[in-house]
Amino acid sequence: MTDAIVVEGLTKTFGHEVRALDGVSFSVAAGTVFGLLGPNGSGKTTIVRILTTILHQDAGVARLLGYDVATYPDYVRTLFGLAGQYAAVDENLTGKENLFMVSRLNHLSRTQARDRATELLHQFQLFEARDRPLKTYSGGMRRRLDVAAALVARPKVLFLDEPTTGLDPQSRNGLWEVIEGLVEGGTTVLLTTQYLEEADRLANDIAVIDHGRVIASGTPQELKANLGATVLEIGLADASIAAKVIELLSTLGSHTPHLVGNSVEVTVDEGPTMAMTALRQLDDAGITPTAFTLREPSLDDVFLALTGRQTDEVSTEDVVTPAKGRGSKTR
Amino acid sequence: MTIEASLVPPVTERPSLFARVSGAVADTQVVMWRNLLGYVRIPEAAFFSSVQPVMFVLLFRYVFAGAIPVPHGSYTNYLIPGIFVQTVAFGAVQTSIGLAQDLHTGLIERFRALPMSRSAVLAGRTLADLVRNVVVAIIITGVGFAVGFRLQTNVLAFIGGIGVLLLFAYALSWGFALIGLSAPNAETAQVMSFPVLFPLTFASSAFVPVSTMPSWLRPFANNQPVSIVVDAVRALMDGGPTEQLLIKAVIWSVGILVVLAPFSVRRYRRAT
Repeated sequence: MTDAIVVEGLTKTFGHEVRALDGVSFSVAAGTVFGLLGPNGSGKTTIVRILTTILHQDAGVARLLGYDVATYPDYVRTLFGLAGQYAAVDENLTGKENLFMVSRLNHLSRTQARDRATELLHQFQLFEARDRPLKTYSGGMRRRLDVAAALVARPKVLFLDEPTTGLDPQSRNGLWEVIEGLVEGGTTVLLTTQYLEEADRLANDIAVIDHGRVIASGTPQELKANLGATVLEIGLADASIAAKVIELLSTLGSHTPHLVGNSVEVTVDEGPTMAMTALRQLDDAGITPTAFTLREPSLDDVFLALTGRQTDEVSTEDVVTPAKGRGSKTR
Repeated sequence: MTIEASLVPPVTERPSLFARVSGAVADTQVVMWRNLLGYVRIPEAAFFSSVQPVMFVLLFRYVFAGAIPVPHGSYTNYLIPGIFVQTVAFGAVQTSIGLAQDLHTGLIERFRALPMSRSAVLAGRTLADLVRNVVVAIIITGVGFAVGFRLQTNVLAFIGGIGVLLLFAYALSWGFALIGLSAPNAETAQVMSFPVLFPLTFASSAFVPVSTMPSWLRPFANNQPVSIVVDAVRALMDGGPTEQLLIKAVIWSVGILVVLAPFSVRRYRRAT
């Protein structure tokens, strides 16, 4: 069997109403990185929680390295590592103590646990800070420690639930490098993320999740090919000319332009060429945009292209605090 | 897509009872160690465990003592057994706060995804609280003697009294664990704990004789567990008929444990 993770027809309903998962299926080849991409509340975390035996599905099958997670939860727990959305580490313990604790709970001997903790502290560049309580760690350091804790037992499969949500760009880059290093070592990684950029950089395959369903899947290249490689964003002084602009831009390629706020957005395959064409057409029509931007497509653009609507999330700001985020995530 | 049947884990036999128990003991030790480190490092916890009981001793010994008539002997001798029980009862709130925090920060979720014993988180927490209560008992003993508490029985009876106290404290920890696991966060756990705690500790024989209370309150104050345990500890330290009270105190403590611990375990298994 070459699939490290197989999920088939996974369904989960919370309470009576909220259908968190509605028949999710995918498989992850061993030694690859799989990205679950979706907005807040789309069901990504629920999938991870089922695969990590924390939650039971209502229907469907979940297998890890061939073992059914619902039938053999005790055994399955020895196969994977989990780093959650909110660094699940003990604030009052030092970095070294946290890793020692998780090592001991993975049934390493005292000596093994000490050695493994030291090894991981070096690997994650936390050795200098090893004797400081976690309270004094930065967000990026906590996430690194959290990932280190997930790797204590050298698992074959690693789950990373929104590993970089709430991190600054520099810490995010640092964590990406760490994850890339792990993959070179042969670990299978299932990663959930709200950022297309992150999935694009790290994942071999992506499934886009919305309202508990897989709405698109493929390699990042395939997804972007369907979507267009670049987004043209044209800011307008007056929304009344939007219809005119949309009409002009719809000749640019195969994608339909959308009005988003005060801007018209269209995804195109050849950014610079199409930008020049667009500018010429706008000029001919006597329209001067207030802004003209070329950018990489975001998760919002993926959603817009796939569903014709934007993601439901308000912004990414409301997911930073564990206090609020956790509750809304689990229900 | 159809999928093949699940593989069967290489170790199909359930581990022996001995292996499971020793595994659970080891996990419990780790969780207990981490909780004790937490208590040492959180200033609030250290405060509630040590400074607060000392304040209560000083408050009642020097401020209220003159106004409170006791049936026999000195008020200080009457007070200290009450302080012992009141302090461990208040301390039980720490159990609920700690668990609510672990649940809230996602640490319990991490524990659930580890190949560790399911019972270790609750056992480790309540045992850490037991150790904390031993330390608290030593502090109160020291402060008690300093403000004039004198043992009217013997050392063996005193140790017996501390034993009764610790058993009750351990039972309460399991009860308050239930509150902690049901609360949405640590602050609420604390707020939820006090309406249970206040009537039990203050409408009791801990600080004043129940005979001074209004007649409608007396039946409750005489028969609720805190009073029973206070009376038993007091009998063991300050003298008086002991046997009946001792039996009742042990029955109450074991009863609380037997009734509430399964609820807490169930709540823990479901808590997400």
